[in-house]
Amino acid sequence: MSGSYLIKRLLWGVLLMAGVVVLNFLLIRLAPGDAALVIAGEMGGASEEMLASIRKEYGLDRPLMVQLGLYLADMARLDFGQSFYFNQPVTGLIAQRVGATILLVIVAQLLAIFIGVVLGVLAARNPGGPMSAFVSVFATIGYAVPVFWTGIMLIILFASVLPIFPVEGMQSVKLREAGIIVKSLDILHHLVLPAFTLAVIYLAQYARLSRASMLEVLGSDYIRTARAKGASEASVLFKHALRNAALPILTVAGLQFGNLISGALLVETVFNWPGMGRLAFDSILRRDHPTILGVLFFSAAMVVVANLLTDLAYRFADPRLRGRT
Amino acid sequence: MTRSMRAVGGLVAIALALGAFSSGVSADGGRLVIASTQVPRHLNGAVQSGIATAMPSTQIFASPLRYDENWDPQPYLAKSWEVSGDGMKVTLNLVRNALFHDGKPVRAADVAFSIRTVRDNHPFKTMFEPVASIDTPDDHTVVINLDRPHPALLLALSPALAPVLPEHVFGDGDDPKTHPANSAPIGSGPFMLEEFTPGEAVVLKKNPNFFIEDRPRLDEIIIRIIKDPSALLIAMEKGEADMYPFMAGSQEIRRLEKVERLAVTDQGYAAVGPISWLAFNTRSPKLSDVRVRQAIAYAVDRDFIVKALHRGVSKAQRGPIIESSPFFDPSIPAYDVDLDRARSLLADAGFADGMALTVDYIPGPKEQQQTVAEYLKSQLKKVGIDITVRAAPDFPTWSKRISNHDFELTMDVVFNWGDPVIGVHRTYLSTNIVKGVIWSNTQQYANERVDELLNQAAVETDPAKRKRLYAEFQRIVAGDLPIYWINAMPYHTAYDKRLVNPPVGIWGAMHPLDRLEWPEG
Repeated sequence: MSGSYLIKRLLWGVLLMAGVVVLNFLLIRLAPGDAALVIAGEMGGASEEMLASIRKEYGLDRPLMVQLGLYLADMARLDFGQSFYFNQPVTGLIAQRVGATILLVIVAQLLAIFIGVVLGVLAARNPGGPMSAFVSVFATIGYAVPVFWTGIMLIILFASVLPIFPVEGMQSVKLREAGIIVKSLDILHHLVLPAFTLAVIYLAQYARLSRASMLEVLGSDYIRTARAKGASEASVLFKHALRNAALPILTVAGLQFGNLISGALLVETVFNWPGMGRLAFDSILRRDHPTILGVLFFSAAMVVVANLLTDLAYRFADPRLRGRT
Repeated sequence: MTRSMRAVGGLVAIALALGAFSSGVSADGGRLVIASTQVPRHLNGAVQSGIATAMPSTQIFASPLRYDENWDPQPYLAKSWEVSGDGMKVTLNLVRNALFHDGKPVRAADVAFSIRTVRDNHPFKTMFEPVASIDTPDDHTVVINLDRPHPALLLALSPALAPVLPEHVFGDGDDPKTHPANSAPIGSGPFMLEEFTPGEAVVLKKNPNFFIEDRPRLDEIIIRIIKDPSALLIAMEKGEADMYPFMAGSQEIRRLEKVERLAVTDQGYAAVGPISWLAFNTRSPKLSDVRVRQAIAYAVDRDFIVKALHRGVSKAQRGPIIESSPFFDPSIPAYDVDLDRARSLLADAGFADGMALTVDYIPGPKEQQQTVAEYLKSQLKKVGIDITVRAAPDFPTWSKRISNHDFELTMDVVFNWGDPVIGVHRTYLSTNIVKGVIWSNTQQYANERVDELLNQAAVETDPAKRKRLYAEFQRIVAGDLPIYWINAMPYHTAYDKRLVNPPVGIWGAMHPLDRLEWPEG
């Protein structure tokens, strides 16, 4: 892998982020609704003078292009501004939540890839068998069911019928004084349902994709050679075939990252998971422009970084690509 | 047993063990977990109204007075008080042992600073508008000088409305509305702020130097914000939260009433006075004739709304002052449903062939707003009124329409806030018709006699005379009908039955919870 490739990709990433910042700013300002009225509504009403003072305080009385210029100048200093609603730095609000979202998204992604690939490989082993049929049916259902519906069904199941997993929040308040190990286990305990809910739809996709990819690879000459040499079935499937079948899975994993983040918004709302998704949702309703822009920036950055890492992983998995720039 | 079955069995066992561990720890006697759907912007009630801020603010900040269940003022930071004979001067004698959470003493100057801050920055301008000056002859005496008598003043000195701020923190010249300390406040109340995660939780610890002996009784209060009501109900049912105030959905109320561990009460909301109503734009050509407004009132079945649509958890509300207030006049007309009379009134007003109207509703609890708006569509059709229900996707969209008078009818919920001067006058005074300002007189209602009565009642110090003035006001507006009042929002509190001294006073959970405790053992 050449250093120039990495630099080129990083520069493209920065350019992309700059475009995202400008576009987000303009799109959000096009939405109807006045943040000053929301703040006044939350305060219980306000006089005309108070409304004018709120608009002045948050710079909402200036022309749009002036606001954009000031925003870009602040962004250049990595200052995301103050939340209109909470009157706190947006960076702090996001810092309090970004960890929860990353944890949810990464665990869901790993869960989806691991279970999906295992199911896909097992299905490809016997294309006409029951596992293959199960994967096809499961994938169809997984595609069709909305993520919030899965979440609600799991809440109903685990809230009353089988109450073994917590159905809301990230931590039990009753364990506030517990040690780090108990707290970590508590977070994992709370993570089970949201992560599984978010993983289901992608799990189905990975299962289908790996089944198709494996079927193609398993018909190759080198697999026949490996079997002829007496390699075990596990070695054939997971060492020889899967490594070659993994490239499309990696590509999709990178592309899906953005979808996972948007799915996390719904999952966080359903399970009261304290991540960025819920902050984004609430901020849109409150016309809290700096917070929405901050969340969008961080989300876009996460997608850009994920795609960059996917490209690098792609090159790691396929030696033929390493020399290209 | 296969390896995979053993793995699944192991996971279930771990999950059960963690669940059991969590519930075992929940027996901690010193902690109260309050579940709330309300998101506080910050924690300083001096510059912000509303339930979300008032709940934590009244725990962090003490105030000059507090109120008992009978609307009688009780000592708090002021151990005694006197109102001069002409009502133009109120003297507060402060306790001598009150300290802020940073150890500095509460002085008369702090009280004076706080009243000025509230007067100049709180949206309820009428609370302290008549305050001309404040004298502090010594560190423990505050003399409030008024430019006119102001009988609402004592109620405005409640914890929810007049938190006493430390001048040495908030008096540094920063704008109080956006002061950084609003999110990390220091007060002299029974609890100190431990942690505030906006939109998620407020953690409060016992103030060991609280000026009232042997209080507070709890070690910790955690206010958990759970925006999804279903998730909140599950938390209550599973014992992960101990109290849920300001619960308004009939399904929620009925569901938690079935939980053996919990008590559910509608006590504690008398001063809040939340009224759900249908407001008329009285300057709209179709609604400017009082007969049309009265026809709509006669056509709507208020009993059906509270008994069927709200499943009996709401109480009917006939007038502008909440029926649990001492100022409510029960003699005002109720407009019991009478479709023939409604048709006749419409015909008299020139709408014998019917009319078309649009109804908006404030985005909020569906049952209180949208469901009623949709009921109006079918009910008013019976008298020839064709209703279009216009939904707003969010609060900014609705408030923009209403505050700019771009509406015909709207469903809304507005609070009385204790004294009519604070929460009622704003809706009916013609001087408060202000375009662009939500919860002003957006109905654009103007009646000279009403203005006169409200202005007199605002300065009348004799309670009996004041009550008479408000009675006449209620009779006039009930006739003019700028608003058709429907019901009191069915706020209820669900709480663990074991709790001693639950918040059922006039301010409910917007009141210091220093007497609240778990039973011993």
